[in-house]
Amino acid sequence: MRDVAVVGFAQRQMEEFDGSPTCVELLVPLFAECYEQTGWTRKDVGFWCSGSSDYLAGRSFSFVQAVDAIGVTPPVNESHVEMDLAWAMYEAWIKIQTGEVDTALVYAFGKSSAGVLRRTLALQLEPYTMTPLWPDTVSLAGLQARAGIDAGLWDETAMAEVVNRSMGDAEKNEYAVRKGASSVEELLARPMYADPLRKHDCAPVTDGAAAIVLAAGDRARDVRDKPAWISGLAHNVDPMSMGTRDLTRSPSAAAAAAGAGVDGVEVAELHAAFSHQELVLRRELGLAGDVAINPSGGPLSGNPMFSAGGIRIGEAAKKIWSGEAAKTLGHATSGPALQQNLVCTMEGRA
Amino acid sequence: MARTLSAPVTVAFDYTRSTGPVLGRFLTGLRDGVVVGARTSSGTVVVPPPEYDPVTHQQTTDFVEVSPAGTVTSWSWVPEPVKGQPLDRPFAFALVTLDGADAPLLHAVDVASPEEMSTGMRVQVRWADERVGHITDIACFEPAAERDAVATEQPRSGDMPADADVDPVTGIITPVELDYVYAASPEESAFYRGLAEGRIVGQRCPACHKVYVPPRSACPSDGQPTSEEVELSHEGTVTTFCVVNVPFMGQKITPPYVSAYVLLDGADIAFLHLILDIPADQVRMGMRVKAVWKPEDEWGTTIENISHFSPTGDPDADYETYKNHL
Repeated sequence: MRDVAVVGFAQRQMEEFDGSPTCVELLVPLFAECYEQTGWTRKDVGFWCSGSSDYLAGRSFSFVQAVDAIGVTPPVNESHVEMDLAWAMYEAWIKIQTGEVDTALVYAFGKSSAGVLRRTLALQLEPYTMTPLWPDTVSLAGLQARAGIDAGLWDETAMAEVVNRSMGDAEKNEYAVRKGASSVEELLARPMYADPLRKHDCAPVTDGAAAIVLAAGDRARDVRDKPAWISGLAHNVDPMSMGTRDLTRSPSAAAAAAGAGVDGVEVAELHAAFSHQELVLRRELGLAGDVAINPSGGPLSGNPMFSAGGIRIGEAAKKIWSGEAAKTLGHATSGPALQQNLVCTMEGRA
Repeated sequence: MARTLSAPVTVAFDYTRSTGPVLGRFLTGLRDGVVVGARTSSGTVVVPPPEYDPVTHQQTTDFVEVSPAGTVTSWSWVPEPVKGQPLDRPFAFALVTLDGADAPLLHAVDVASPEEMSTGMRVQVRWADERVGHITDIACFEPAAERDAVATEQPRSGDMPADADVDPVTGIITPVELDYVYAASPEESAFYRGLAEGRIVGQRCPACHKVYVPPRSACPSDGQPTSEEVELSHEGTVTTFCVVNVPFMGQKITPPYVSAYVLLDGADIAFLHLILDIPADQVRMGMRVKAVWKPEDEWGTTIENISHFSPTGDPDADYETYKNHL
């Protein structure tokens, strides 16, 4: 295996982006930040891969338009996944492992606010017996939250504690679209929304984009004193049906954690778009009690579709670059109620 | 003035899907007013039936009729239903384990408030007035009396209604309709605002100096934002074209007619428009054309302000002048 590190990261998150859903306007400055961090030009990037969905954009081939932000003279080596940035990064990591390229810039974008996000996401469900009912994302998460409450695995207080800590940490995150700690008591006094969920249990609808730069071996050492070396990268998937799996568990998250290896992780950024999902993930990933969870504020402070999982990896990489932690973890999820999960661990060795 | 222009757009498509034998059996049952599950290799009865056994991966064949009544195992309140959901007033989505089944089915429960919902409550199917072999043949679930009081038959195995074999459901149509507010980029907005003033506005790449119309947020060649605005001539050259002979839904002009790429004088990329006022078979590469605008009182922020392009009558342009724009 080649040693590959995360050496660049840039992001934008906002409540409502008033520009085109192709997001070229957001991507150009993100790429500029990546070039500045690495000292590269676009010609130093061996492979590009993006994550986005035309269902979110409401137009066809938005990912082709987005390539304008790269500039393709001379032609570039480019790919796309209809998945989160974290999976675009996975493809790039594989590409670097093949030896064909040494560097990659992966990016993702999404304008969630262009449609009704929780409704649009019903199109990712089983198309015969689920999608025709338009089960929205919040409702499916609510079924999962109540399953755990009924089983005595967590309660409203534990969920509120996740929210309160996230909102407090988000105050230090310039990209957070929702922030501000109050208290568990104050949170619990707020009205139910999608019982058993309050609005603050659900990540805000967020527009945005993000980019991650990968480099192998000496190319990574040239960029940073402490590259965030990828020590483990794995992803797994559970069945799509909501009825045939224990919603309080996420076997695919546990499998991805086992594949990546989580021993010694000090900081974990978890793609938990609903407060109770952090509680599921902490258990499935086997994170020790002293692991710092979502110091960025996490998805409850901002959850741009197609970027938010990769942003977890970027935030975890920053902790390595700064020397604040020796081993960190970024997690991304896709599908309903933590159906598909990716775990990336990074280490700060020389 | 808003930074960008935006407009509502609806994207709709009727997805037509074949069901295969397993989901077909389930949907045939719904059409006939019975709920059909399947027994898996581990002995559990699952509704809807999985197409393949989760352990042996063999196709599911052991179908089991289950009760239309069951027990809520989890639920979530839907305070603001979205379009297409089973009910257009607040309701609950629930996982319901039907009597005779071991795994729950996802569907809606029609109650007026979350206070009327609880895990463990008894519910029963409310059938749709017209059943066609679709998951929505179950209109929703509704609260039911306790288990003993509900008149339900015991689950039967392999004892399916005769119709299921005679006239099985083999396909479904699922209409999907998504509503968006589609925003133009700032560059595209400048283009459309220019059109509303009778101007054609492009933008120039600061790196390669090419002029794009309609303008793009970045030069696709260099990846640089195209910032410098350039007003373009209303005359240009047909670079390439096609004769439209095929009728399609929403067509506004009777075929045959010509769609062409017109390279406006001063632009480096051609844009697509109609060539009219000339028989379709006389349109040619290199033909000089000019924009024909609609009356000014009909203008909006749209490319439709230009009705079409019409021949200028000038001599054709040399191939050399547009060969790099094909």
